[in-house]
Amino acid sequence: MNDQLKHLSERVTKGLMTRREFVGRAAALGVTAAVANSMLATAAKAEGPVKGGTIKIGASGGESTNTQDPALTASEVPLYNLRHWGETLVDVGADGSLEMRMAESVEGTADAKKWVFKIRKGIPFSNGKDMTPDDVLMTMQRHSNEDSQSGALGIMRGIENMAVDGDNFVVELSTGNADLPYLMADYHLMIQPGGGMDNPGAGIGTGPYTIEFDEPGVRHGFKRRDDYWDSENRGHAEFSEQLVLNDATARTAALQSGQVHMINRVDPKVAGLLDRAPNLTVKSVAGRGHYVFIMHVDTAPFDNNELRLALKYAINREEMVDKILRGYGSIGNDMPINGSYPLFDDTIPQREFSLEKAAEHYKKSGHDGSPIILRTADGAFPGAVDAAALFQQSAQAAGIPLEIKREPNDGYWSEVWNVQPFCASYWGGRPVQDQMYSTAYLSTADWNDTRFKVPEFDEMLLAARAEIDEAKRKDIYSKMGRMLRDEGGLILPMFNDFVGAIGNNVGGYYDDPNGPLMNNKAPIKCWLTDA
Amino acid sequence: MHPIVKLVAQRLALGLLLLFAASILIFAGTSILPGDVAQQILGQAATPEALENLRRELGLNEPAVTRYFSWLGGILQGDLGTALTNGRDIAESLSSRLSNTLFLAFWAAVIAVPLAIFLGLLAVRYKDRWPDKIISGVTLTTISIPEFMIGYVLIYWVSIKWGMFSSVAIINDSMTLGQKLNAIAIPVMVLTLVVLAHMMRMTRAAILNVMQSAYIETAELKGLGMLKIIRKHAFPNAIAPIVNVVMLNLAYLVVGVVVVEVVFAYPGMGQYLVDHVSKRDVPVVQACGLIFAAVYIGLNLIADIVSILANPRLRHPK
Amino acid sequence: MRIPISALIGLFFTGLFFVMAIIAPLIAPYGMAEVVGDVWEAPSDKFLLGTDSIGRDLLSRMIYGGQTTIFIATAATILSFVTGSVLGFFAAVSGGWVDQVISRFVDLIMSIPSLIFALVVLSVMPTTIPILIILMGLLDSTRVYRLARAVAVDITVMDYVEAARLRGEKIGWIIFRETLPNALSPLVAEMGLRFIFMVLFVSTLSFLGLGVQPPQADWGGIVKENKEGINYGISAALYPAYAIAILCISINLVADWVLNRTTSLKGGRG
Repeated sequence: MNDQLKHLSERVTKGLMTRREFVGRAAALGVTAAVANSMLATAAKAEGPVKGGTIKIGASGGESTNTQDPALTASEVPLYNLRHWGETLVDVGADGSLEMRMAESVEGTADAKKWVFKIRKGIPFSNGKDMTPDDVLMTMQRHSNEDSQSGALGIMRGIENMAVDGDNFVVELSTGNADLPYLMADYHLMIQPGGGMDNPGAGIGTGPYTIEFDEPGVRHGFKRRDDYWDSENRGHAEFSEQLVLNDATARTAALQSGQVHMINRVDPKVAGLLDRAPNLTVKSVAGRGHYVFIMHVDTAPFDNNELRLALKYAINREEMVDKILRGYGSIGNDMPINGSYPLFDDTIPQREFSLEKAAEHYKKSGHDGSPIILRTADGAFPGAVDAAALFQQSAQAAGIPLEIKREPNDGYWSEVWNVQPFCASYWGGRPVQDQMYSTAYLSTADWNDTRFKVPEFDEMLLAARAEIDEAKRKDIYSKMGRMLRDEGGLILPMFNDFVGAIGNNVGGYYDDPNGPLMNNKAPIKCWLTDA
Repeated sequence: MHPIVKLVAQRLALGLLLLFAASILIFAGTSILPGDVAQQILGQAATPEALENLRRELGLNEPAVTRYFSWLGGILQGDLGTALTNGRDIAESLSSRLSNTLFLAFWAAVIAVPLAIFLGLLAVRYKDRWPDKIISGVTLTTISIPEFMIGYVLIYWVSIKWGMFSSVAIINDSMTLGQKLNAIAIPVMVLTLVVLAHMMRMTRAAILNVMQSAYIETAELKGLGMLKIIRKHAFPNAIAPIVNVVMLNLAYLVVGVVVVEVVFAYPGMGQYLVDHVSKRDVPVVQACGLIFAAVYIGLNLIADIVSILANPRLRHPK
Repeated sequence: MRIPISALIGLFFTGLFFVMAIIAPLIAPYGMAEVVGDVWEAPSDKFLLGTDSIGRDLLSRMIYGGQTTIFIATAATILSFVTGSVLGFFAAVSGGWVDQVISRFVDLIMSIPSLIFALVVLSVMPTTIPILIILMGLLDSTRVYRLARAVAVDITVMDYVEAARLRGEKIGWIIFRETLPNALSPLVAEMGLRFIFMVLFVSTLSFLGLGVQPPQADWGGIVKENKEGINYGISAALYPAYAIAILCISINLVADWVLNRTTSLKGGRG
């Protein structure tokens, strides 16, 4: 029986048979689906990467205004581009561990105030020059100096001094931060020759591919580099092409008709249906991204914690996960941290949906009954308008006069989010708790989109940051989570899974909770089994 | 000077004036939009410092009038400038987008216009009999369904079920004509279906209108055949409204196909413009607006001139 | 007077849709925004057309959606016709610089794609139904203006208009007594199509997320909410599309009949 199974699984890896057929046959041989699937994974690994071919991804999140400048990258398509030609000092692995890329090793002092990155030698940029610690330094400077337009400027702010010391790149901080190496995995921080000061959008880096053609909003093409340093693990296909397909239906149609090998952002509503189509598999992975409704705690009527609690109790989290995410996600607890984070305290009680409690808190709040306006847009998160409609229904049942106002996608992030006191939004999550909290819940954070400014919370955050003892740190994070849950302006009904889909001729796929499609690395880490 | 030459010259001058007015209108329109390009580039990732830095670099702190006139100066020297969002040369990006748009519009028009006029004539010839009713019914149905819906349904059947044409209409210079036509086959079908009914119905209505004139009655009494009457007497006199509606639809094929471009990921101008409107990238919006306006004004000029030429009374004003 | 079969069918469905729109709250089995079932349930006794993308009864949503769609499209069509044809006739009959000024202004507005125009305006103004109607009506009136003027220009060079002018008739008299009756048939033919375009324009705006406010929806919006299911044989998005098609065809059957009637009145062949 085993030989037969092995033979079958090899056929699948070679693309001669679909996974579903395999699981079906395996079941006929008395093997459960779970075992059969894990056998497949083993077979795929044993088969090893296949080199060559043109791997194609159909991705949403691209516009004709996109550039290759890492500092200005904010959406998914340009991010896939960056992964093709660039690399960061370190990566965060699928298991949350640090993976060394341009740095060979990293070491911090006991107070976590000084960090030393040893830079690899002999790694060529695609312009032929070798990467040096000076390039690293200049890159970091470009993202942190006064003229910077970088999206990474916020995370670079705690850095007091940066320097090159021989083969090392040294970072000094004003206050200790045990998580600093994780910050260096930020995708904006692609190492560029000369820091990319002269021509930030040139697309020259140490990644496995070089740009062949670059038509923003339409398609991007890449060719494999022969002199890539890590060709065992990345850059298997000879060519890689990215088609910008912003329309969800067009994207799934392209995968179904075989014009692309993988797509991002599959609408959860159709994920189950899409999975039934032959020759492709829907891949979902639980992550740290979350869909939220945010209230400004300093603006009436949301400055009243009773009203905030009323709204928090009035949201039906299970229904949201069920209807908006179709099960591709998990319920949230009004704090931005879940089990995907290290040092998460799973003893914090889950807030349950309760119309009585909602009504009770609403009564206590003494709200005058004027409509509470929730702003939303299709672009706030997938299904945001529907989610708001569900929220309105359950809130009305609790007697809360919630009203929805749909805003245009156009201008939503500049005119509504972080401006209006109550709106729908999303967060992509961060690799560690510290980064998540300091990005959006520290008093001084630029993106404090709930206006949550509590000195006690800030102190705890700083204390946790410099705390080396993990148990103590976990304890502090737990207190912070509870505080945010009970007093914050965040209504977090659900954590969303990253849902994508790949053709069955794609090999080397694994789940990575850090981001969609293997943290945007699927095109450079996967291969075509039939190439 | 012949009055027609004078009329045409007049129209041309007016057209240029109109272009100028349109550029001001578009500029003012994009300037009053909330948010600016710096905010849009950085998106949710905007920090106050990054914003200020980017604004300074892009020259957004200058007054609007200054920015408008420096742009206008560039245009007059043939320089469309560079996009604020990604620093690319606008003329370069625009020319490939424009040629794509015209390519799609051309093929849709080549099929739709003759087909519409032919069907219109056919409907008149067999007025109130089954060919007329079937043509009316079918064209009405196609025009009554939202275009994205027609697009999705065609993708589902033609591309996914039958595997005939590509569902993604991305074209580029390295493709052969055959490959390009294969790629745009479904969008051309959608556009044809969308514009067909309007033109066909107007052809039918205009000819029927003429058919009530006394001279048609005369021609009929002379014993001329129906087809001959339509061809020799009715059609030439119905040309003005027909040309008008054809030009309207041609303009639509060039400037109004954003939705089709979205559905098929077609790299045309509509999507390009919408992207840049939402990013408040004023130079690009200006350039696109100018081209759209030029296309529109040019087509109307043609319609006007044809109307003048077709109407003897206008041709020889008293 | 005999009403042809096609016109009867058209009248019947048009009437049916309008009546349903008016009495929507009375006949809808469930509330418009009420979540009553699972996502995309198949049609059953309980839900005649099944449920939509978040489990609302599709039939109820269709009925309320029809109300929104028909109301917006009708109001916008009327606005567009009144504005467009009055201005068009006025320009054609007046001629000279009046004609030039109005025509060039209309050209100016039309030279900017209406979708882009709408996008710009709607991102500054709040998307309420009155604003949608005014925006759509005025944008579309430019199209009506072009046609009305083109038709009227042909008429104004006719001898009988010339004669009326020589008699010293006022502009208003010429417009309403000479131009309008003779320009009516192409305009009526156009009116049916403009109504369809209004319905489609609302749908397109909804498709781009600028249409009516949720949980309200127009038919186009319902298509959009459920379009993801199309590729998997879920017909929820097809019903509103059918509804749009049936309404539009019915209106046009009626318009065709009116067209024939008006031409009969003129003494020509029917």
